[in-house]
This record gives sequence, structure tokens and C-alpha cells, in this order.
Amino acid sequence: MFIPLKENILPQSSPETLSGAQIVVRLLERQGVRTLAGIPGGAILPIYDALSASKLIHHVLVRHEQGGGFIAQGMARATGQPAVCMASSGPGATNLLTAIADAKLDSIPMVAITGQVPRAMIGTDAFQEVDTYGLSLPITKHNFLVNAAADLLDIIPRAFRIAASGRPGPVLIDIPKDVQNQIVEVGEWPAPGVAAAAPAPVVELIDAAAAMINDAAKPILYLGGGVVHSGAAERAVALAEKAGLPTVMTLMALGAMPVDHSLSMGMLGMHGARYANLALDECDLLIAVGARFDDRATGKVAGFCPQAKIVHIDIDPSELDKIKTAHVGIAGDVDESLRLLLPSIKPQARQGWLARVAELKAAQPLRMPGIDDPRTPYGLIRAVSDCLDDEATICTDVGQHQMWVAQAYPLRRPRQWLTSGGLGTMGFGMPAAIGAALAEPQRTVVCFTGDGSILMNVQELVTAAEEKVNVKIVLMNNASLGLVFQQQTMFYGERIYASRFKGMPDFIRVAEGFGVPAIDLDHESDPLAALAAALRQRGPALIHASIALHEQVLPMVPPGAANKEMIGG
Amino acid sequence: MNSISTTENNALSRTVLELDVNNHPGVMSHVVGLFSRRAYNVEGILCMPVGGGATSRIWLLVNEDERLEQMVKQVEKLEDVLAVRRHGAEHEVFERLEEFFL
Repeated sequence: MFIPLKENILPQSSPETLSGAQIVVRLLERQGVRTLAGIPGGAILPIYDALSASKLIHHVLVRHEQGGGFIAQGMARATGQPAVCMASSGPGATNLLTAIADAKLDSIPMVAITGQVPRAMIGTDAFQEVDTYGLSLPITKHNFLVNAAADLLDIIPRAFRIAASGRPGPVLIDIPKDVQNQIVEVGEWPAPGVAAAAPAPVVELIDAAAAMINDAAKPILYLGGGVVHSGAAERAVALAEKAGLPTVMTLMALGAMPVDHSLSMGMLGMHGARYANLALDECDLLIAVGARFDDRATGKVAGFCPQAKIVHIDIDPSELDKIKTAHVGIAGDVDESLRLLLPSIKPQARQGWLARVAELKAAQPLRMPGIDDPRTPYGLIRAVSDCLDDEATICTDVGQHQMWVAQAYPLRRPRQWLTSGGLGTMGFGMPAAIGAALAEPQRTVVCFTGDGSILMNVQELVTAAEEKVNVKIVLMNNASLGLVFQQQTMFYGERIYASRFKGMPDFIRVAEGFGVPAIDLDHESDPLAALAAALRQRGPALIHASIALHEQVLPMVPPGAANKEMIGG
Repeated sequence: MNSISTTENNALSRTVLELDVNNHPGVMSHVVGLFSRRAYNVEGILCMPVGGGATSRIWLLVNEDERLEQMVKQVEKLEDVLAVRRHGAEHEVFERLEEFFL
């Protein structure tokens, strides 16, 4: 889907006279873009006109620009390759911003192309004019306001290179309408933009890290999303196995180590298993790999691994020493760093420490009440996973359902798990699942969502129907903003306010109205059989299941508290 | 610029940062945006093109506080920033301009 073309497929020929819009489309084709999502409007119509002539690019027409942004994210998260979304000026661009900010916080490579009013009208408060460049500045890895059509030949490959290089991220290109219409002669096409190689890690630091790992008595390996981005899951597991390292994962890293691996302690932090957080409290060395010490993972920083020395490996030098000062900080690609590190690691069984971790696990495991009952949250998640293999892609929205799935779904493959971690955007799930299914049509893509989240981008149900994507939306309905309800219950004296919905749409009719078949597990005499049938049938489907309002995500670290002060579970 | 935060008020020393940047509209926004979003005041700014004008040099006068290390790393990450050099408060670039601020 994103195969950069070889020169001989699109031959170089004598100079061509093309508009800026045609140049954009040609460069996207040469970049290997085969699917992109967007919605046209006045200021981007020249590009859409040029796009209509493309035989290579399939344009997915969304119903809201944010949906387009998240479809692009779904494609990028599933494949690791930069994906493209498009919007017009003004409200088109502002609607896209949330999806761009979400990509920034989770380091997702994305190229957003927006139309802008003609240059002569910029700064006049023209119709649908907004300062897209200024608005996108703090939420992009880099952004461009294009001043001449000829500049596109440099800017577009550069945008892809920036999006994919080092720590990935979103890049926005704002193109005024007159630049799209400007005619220029193109003699030579630039090479497609690809990720630049990361600077090599410093060998002395690798040696120092190896010595610390070899000498540690109670080390823990802490994997973050960078392991997935870097394609380093295999080496991370190899490191854990060779050095005998109990391993925790952040929300973004789930799938990097199979959750049922003997060294896996699952997720750490706010909703991690008690034993995982307690083991971290005891460790004497924390090996952070592609992780950024996010507050949802660390809890109160002063109370996070209080006795531990820290080895920190990250491709982004500004992450080193940002939250916790590392004893050894290695700036470099995670996979390359692990490759250099592995030969210096002494094989160790670490029986004492692993026995201690096993003891903690036996005493305070992750409790998943109701796991055998498909009418409970954990039970429903287990029932879905029982119908699928590791080839399925699991996507979520944001809220209680997201945390339950993170805890309970047996994720075993990097890029199997797509979730909005840093920004925590409700409305992410369904369009991201559509994107994942477009990028990898052979897979079943399950989107777990809630009755709060799904309504934030519900219009994309019709896009799912139109594209006939193999997306199964599992809607866990508790008629509330569950995580808000839970926090009000636990931390605000049970003063429940603005978190219970009074009106509730008939989600079955909503889905069917949009052209998506739907089943209601509440009314099925054999919910397991109905679920299995819906998951087996190709194409989009919505699976509705009511869950009890009192169900909570546990354990929970109160916001601002240290991880060992978990409640419940 | 932003109001000065308590931590900055308490800072005794200042730092001069010297940035080599690509010379085009937007570079200054990228640089100062990193400071403003952290409510980190920039005390002085000076920018002129160098050589043929393809690049510019930005001089920033900032209060030193615990966030400066992170700020410099963030500035270094910007696509259009080519180099960052740190100088002590004794650097004369802003001192020599003082006559324009009397």
C-alpha cells in the first residue's frame, strides 16, 4: 500500500508543464501513497481536481475532517509508514487539528495537506481563512506554508522524510489555492522522502548500560511505544530473555512482548496490575526503552522506582533526563541500540528476583472479575479474543473500555494494538479502525468503544459502510462517561454530575441507518454464538452490549499519587 | 511576552543563546513558541540575516532555571534550527544594545 515507486515504474521524461496541484498528486503517487482520507472544500479544489485524474490513489471521502485524520492515523499505526489526510482551509483545517495533536503525542508519522486561501488574500480575514500554520505550530513535528508551486518539489518529499525520521510525528503542509493553480515546468522529479538513518549510539554508553544490567540484582525492563515504532519488539524480548528481566509495558507498547510471556508483567502505571507496580517499587535498575516516563505510567515521579538506577534508551535526546535523570542515557534508535547491547549482556536466570516477582504476582495478580461471563466487561473482551487469532488488529476509543481491553486482551504482536495514548482522544477508535482495515484489508479489525466515545465520530459509520471495511465495532454501553463517573464516585464524594446520559440513542438503528449491520448481545439468547458469527462475517458490523454502570477499572492509582498507593484490584 | 514565573523571578543568572536558523517566515514562531507554551519568558530577542541571507542568527536572552536544559534540547530539535550555542550572561551582544533601551 505504501511502496515507494522505483524510477523505472514512473519513467523520467522531458520537462512537463504542471500545476502545483498536479505536482502534489504526482509526488504523493511517487511517494507510494495509495490510499488517503479527506474532504474537499473551496480552497483545496484544485488538488481534488488533480486527484480525480490519479489512477493510483484511492481517496476515502470522510464525513468530518477529524475522521479523515484518524483514518490516516489508523493506516500509519498499522503499517508504520506515513499516511496522508487532506482538508480545506478554515473549518476544514481546524477540524483536523485534534487528529494532528493526537499523532504528535503518540509519535505517529502523518502528512496533513490543507488548502489555504490565495496568497493575496492571506491576512485579510477572507472567507474560510484561518492561520493554519500558526494553529498547527505547537502540535506538529514541522509545518510548511507553501509560497510557490516549485517549492512543492522540495517540501513534499521533505515532509515525508521528517514524518518518518527519528521520533516519528505529524507534518502539515498548508498550500494556498493560487499556489495549487500555479503552472511550473518540472524537469526532474525528486526522490521520495524516506526516513533518515538515526545517529549511531555511543559505544561507551552501551557498554556502561550492559555493565549495569549485568550487575543489577533486581532489574526491570520498561518498554514504551518507541519499541513498536522502531521495530525492536523482537530484540526487546531477546534482551529480557537473555538477562532474565521481568518486563512492563506502557499503554503504547502493548503487544511488544506477548502478554502471556513468562517475563511479562503487562502494563504498568495507573491501571496496571498491582504486582507490576509493586515490583517496580522494589527494583534496583530500571531499563527504559523507547518510553518517556509519562505521568499515567509513573504516577508521582518521586515515588516511581525510588531505589532504582536508570538506563534510558530513546531516539529523542530531549526525552533523556526530562522527567527522571538517567544514570546512563543513550540517544539512538532503539532497535540498533539493543542490537549493540545484546552481545555484552551476560545470560542470567535471576532465580531470586524472578521468584520474588512470582511471589508478588501470586499475592496480588491482575484480577479480572467476570472474565467467564460475556455480560461483564472483562468477559466480553475475553469472548471477543476467543473468536480471533493474533492476526486481528485491536483498536480502542478512550475511556473505561480502553483500559479494560489494555488489561485483558491477550495482545501478542507489535502493531496489533492501536489506541490513543498521549492525547486520549474520544472519537479516535472507529475512524482509526477504518484506516487500519484499509491499510491491511486481510485482517479483522476490532474497535472496542463506549457509548460516549462512539458518538464523537459516529458519522464515519457511513464511511465504513461505503468502504466495506472489515471493522467490528464492539460497543460497551453503560449509558455514561464511565471513567468520569468512576472518578466522581471515587474522588468527588459520589457527586455524580454531567457523566450520566439521560437520552440514549438506539445504537442498533443508528448503525443500520448508516448502512452498518448491527446485533445486540443483550437480546441474543446465545450471545457467544451471535458474537462469533458477527466477527466471522466479512465487512463492517456493530456489536452492542450493555454493561453495568458500577463496573470500575481497577486497580487505580489516584491522580497525583505514587503507583504503590493503588486502590482496589 | 508572558508574565515572569516565580521560578524565573528567583533566578539570579541569565544565559545568552545563539541560534543559527534557516531564514524564512515562521522560524521565529517555532522558536519562541517553545518558550511561551512553557510560560518561560524570553527577556531579549535579536535576529538578523547572516551572509547571503539564506540563514539568520537569533540571539535570545533568557533567565536560567531548571528547565533551560530541556529548552535547549527542544530548540535543537526544530527542523529549521541548524545550531545552538550557549553563552554566559557576560556575553556582550545584548549589553552593546543597551543604549537603545534607555
